[in-house]
Order: sequence, then structure tokens, then C-alpha cells
Amino acid sequence: MAALGNSLARLYANRSLFAGLSLLLLIVLVALIGPLLIDPALSRVGATIPRLPPSADHWFGTDGQGRDMFTTMILALPQTLRIGIAAGFISLFVGVALGLIAGFVGGVVDTIIRVASDVMMTIPGIAILVLVASYVRVMTVDLMAIIVASLSWMVAARTIRAQTLTLRERGYVAIARLNGTSGLKLIFVEVLPNLLPFIAASFVVTVTSAMLATVGLEALGLGPQNDLTLGMSIYWAQFYGAILRGLWWWWGPPIVLIVLIFIGLLLTSAGMDGFVNKRLEGN
Amino acid sequence: MYGEYVLRRLGTMLLVIFLAISINFLLPRLMPGDPVEAQLNQLMATGGGVSDITAMVESYRARFGLDQPLLSQYFAYWQSIFRLDLGVSLAAYPEKVTDAIAGGLPWTLGLLGFATLVSFLVGSLLGGLMGWPRTPKALRIFGNGVVVLSSVPYFLVGMILLYVFAIVLRWFPAGGGIPFGLQLGFNWPTVSAVLWHATLPAISIIAAEIGAWALGMRGMLVSVLGDDYIALADAKGLKPGRIFLRYGMRNALLPQLTKLALALGHIVSGAILVEVIFSYPGIGFRLYQAIQSKDYFVIQGIVLLLSVSIAIAMFILDLIYPLIDPRITAKGK
Repeated sequence: MAALGNSLARLYANRSLFAGLSLLLLIVLVALIGPLLIDPALSRVGATIPRLPPSADHWFGTDGQGRDMFTTMILALPQTLRIGIAAGFISLFVGVALGLIAGFVGGVVDTIIRVASDVMMTIPGIAILVLVASYVRVMTVDLMAIIVASLSWMVAARTIRAQTLTLRERGYVAIARLNGTSGLKLIFVEVLPNLLPFIAASFVVTVTSAMLATVGLEALGLGPQNDLTLGMSIYWAQFYGAILRGLWWWWGPPIVLIVLIFIGLLLTSAGMDGFVNKRLEGN
Repeated sequence: MYGEYVLRRLGTMLLVIFLAISINFLLPRLMPGDPVEAQLNQLMATGGGVSDITAMVESYRARFGLDQPLLSQYFAYWQSIFRLDLGVSLAAYPEKVTDAIAGGLPWTLGLLGFATLVSFLVGSLLGGLMGWPRTPKALRIFGNGVVVLSSVPYFLVGMILLYVFAIVLRWFPAGGGIPFGLQLGFNWPTVSAVLWHATLPAISIIAAEIGAWALGMRGMLVSVLGDDYIALADAKGLKPGRIFLRYGMRNALLPQLTKLALALGHIVSGAILVEVIFSYPGIGFRLYQAIQSKDYFVIQGIVLLLSVSIAIAMFILDLIYPLIDPRITAKGK
């Protein structure tokens, strides 16, 4: 309990991390609770009179196809978060696994993984994403997450590999190895727990890059056509010329929500750097 | 030693290009169904210019040799790459894909080159000032605001700028590269019109990019300022401005240059969407149009161009670094 209080105090002292996590928590809460409180029928095409400016009846106005914008945003937010978080988890899992293997096994395996991640970082991700997404007949939220994840694992793999290399040479790992601890136990008991702060930091980075790729693909019109997401709202607004027609309430709300998500991720990431490095100094 | 370094970098570049071209070949073939054939059938069902369709199918067959085994298709693909033959556009037949790309290239290169250069210079200076203890507080707060802005995707900044400055205030044109019907020529009306139309897209990229450079530069300058030679320069009584520029900024700028190579892919991806928002006639807008009309050969061609040109640009940057900082060749070991 004292340890928990201590880390809460440390969390509060790190203003950037505190602000970032609070903002993200608030967004997640809205995404979880919001859909329970609204009538999803209002987000269907033709449910209302199109192109109404914001009013008491329609808080965010209505779009060019007669959707109530507030309802649409409340339903789109969880879908967008789902793509980002799912893609973040998948790429984190792949990245950590590859990083651990590269750091522990070394040799040819290490070289292959390192060159692969270097090459993947060089080829512009959006180029491959466009290629894949343009050939998929029906895009769904889950498929989107997998496609995006396949291109955001590199940073995690690099970070974890570098840390594994230094941890492997530490005294306590050497002692455990001399005691006859098997390879897998060595990884999961001695090394992995010490990597947790780096894994947490990598998670934020992977979610950020996954969200960036997702929103970009959706704005190009390659997102899930039959689902409501923030990026698809922007695509439809752009497609129907909402900016040129002055319908600011059509593209404004998705932009504000996306910006809030990215600011939350940036603050969390910046704060986490301080958290992780503090641990390093302590060692 | 420089020779060995160059060889290793050259190897990496060739590997990236080889993989990019192979992925470009394999991905469409791994996908279920045959979207190109479906597209051709649809065109045949609706199309007016039926006489052209047979030629299209022929060029399509010749291009892929669909009856042949995958491996010989692969070799044929490489041959056509070396002949710079990327096929014909499906939407704007019989325009060649290479011509479609060449038409957009100058616009993108101009916009991106200018915006990257400006944001690199301004961002580095701003970041340096943010890391310098004598900087006024107001500038620091401004700097932090810019850093937060850098977390937002470029095209969202572009949408807001477009609405405010082109729709509400009407200071700038609402899209396109030049006014409709303007005869292109190397004269003042053309140049001013091009700059006029490029202003808002460039500002969207610069505004979103400055913060990233500033963040990196601040960190570097702070660590450089902790070095002994700064204390010595201070003790010698050198002017603060001289210490900042000649001792601090100059040394902190080098790692920034290395980051330029890593940032290229990110900048290009971001710029694609800015072009879409402003209907700017570059590569990104053409890619968007090709996606809209399911023009697969153009999509493939642009994707290939992006991967290859970024690989080459990174190679050139890799060649330049050791000339600026000899430590890099030694460190690469």
C-alpha cells in the first residue's frame, strides 16, 4: 500500500505523465460510457435533416448525409481507439518477442532481425499500407488493426533488443545462468520484469504510430467503409467538400477528438521518458 | 575506412530497393481475386471506347504474362522496371504511369523540399533557444506550444488553415497548384501564382514539423552545454552569443542531420495527405485520385517511386554525414 502511494506521488510529481494519462483516461471513459447513453439510430444516413448547424437538438449539428454528428462521434471514438490499441498490442507483442530473441540468441538471428527492422523503417510505411489496403475488398476495424500493426513493431523491437543486450551482461543474470537456470526461465524471470518500463514506453510509441497510420489511411479513403471511425468522418467530410462549403461542424469534431488523443499520447510519452530514465539513474 | 562505410551503406540501399520492388510485385499477387481484371470487365461493360479496351487487355497480359509461372513473371517484372515501364493508367488510358508520376513530381519535390528545409532550420534554432538558459520565458512557452502541435498529423493542421485562410478570410486560394487556365511559362505571373498556391500547404507541413526538430535540438543542446569545453569557453569570458552559436549550436546540429534521414519517410507520408486536402497537383494527390478510381498501376508506380526515392535520399545523406563528422565512419563498426 505504501509502495502504491509512493508511486502515485511520483506520478503526480511528473506533471506531463499525469496530464497525459488523465486526458487519455477521460477519452477512454467517454468511449466506454458514451455509446450506452445515446440512440445509435441517429447516426444512420438520413436519420435527420442534413447540414444543420449545431443547436440544442443536435449538439454538433448534422452532416451532409443526415447523421447526427454528436452521436456519430460518440460511436466513432471507441472504434478508432480499438484500432489504435489493438494495433499497438499486436505490434508490441511482435516487437518485444523479436527484440528478446535478437538480444538473447545473437549471431545470424540477430543480424536478420536487425536488418529487417532497419529495412522496414526505411520503406515508408504508408506506401505499403496503401498497397495492401487498396487491394482489400471489404475493410473492417480488426483487419485495419492487423495491417497497421504489421508496420509499427520496429521501434519496440529495437528498444527491447538494445536493453536486452545490456541486461544480459548484468551480474545477477550471469549468476542465475551459472546456477543452471534454463534459457526460458532466465528470460521470463530475470530479464523481462526489468524490461517492463521500456515495454510500457514502447507501447505508447507503437500506439501513437499505429494511430497516425490509421488516421492517415482512413483520410485517404482506405479505412473501413461500413464502420464509423474518426478518420472515416474526415474522409467523408473531405469527399463531399465540407471545408469548401463552410460546414465546419462536420470536420471540426473529429479533428478535435483526434488532436486530443494525440496530445494525450505525446504528454504520456514525454512523461514516461522521465520515468524510465529516472530508473536508469537509480541503478 | 570511408570506402568500406560507403560499400556497407550502398549494400543497405540496394537491399531496401530490392525488397521494395519485390514487395510491390508480390503483394498484389498474394491478394485474393484479381481486381485489375474486375476493373477491366467493369470498364468493358460500361465503356464507350470499346476499341481501346482490347489494347488495354493486351498490354495488361503482356505486362504480367499471367499464364506464366510466378518466377518468370518476377523476372519480366524486373525487366520492365529497368526499362522504366510501369504500365498504363487504367483511369486515364492510354497515359503511361511514368508520365502520370512525372507530371506530379516537380510539385511534390518543390513543396516538400522547401517545407523540410524551412522547418529544419527554424525548428533547430527554436529548439536550441529552448535549451539555452538565457532564453526569455515567453519564447519557451511558445516553443512548448509548437512541440504539442507537432504531435498532430499534418493534414489536420492543413484542414484548419484551409478553412480559416481560404474560406473564411479568403486570403489564399482554396486549392490547386495554379489558377485555372493559366498558361505555364517561366515568367512572373506563373512564379507568383505557384508560390501563392503553395503557401498554405507549405505552412501546414512546416507548422507540424518544426516542433519535432525543436524537441530533438533542445535535448542535444542541453547535453552539449554540460560538456567541459563550454565551461572553459565561459571561463575564458567569451560572449554568450558566441558560445551559443559556435560552441553549442554547431555541435548539437550534427545529430539533428542524422535524424533527417529517419524523418524522410514520415515527412513524405504526412505530405501526401496535405496535398489531398489542398488538391495540390503533386504525387500525393495523384495517389489519392488513383485510389478513388482504383487505378492499380498508378498506385503501384507511386508506391514504388516513394520507397526507392527515400532509399536513395537516405543513401545520399549517409554519404554526406562522415564528411561533416568523421566520427560516424568509426562509430558504424
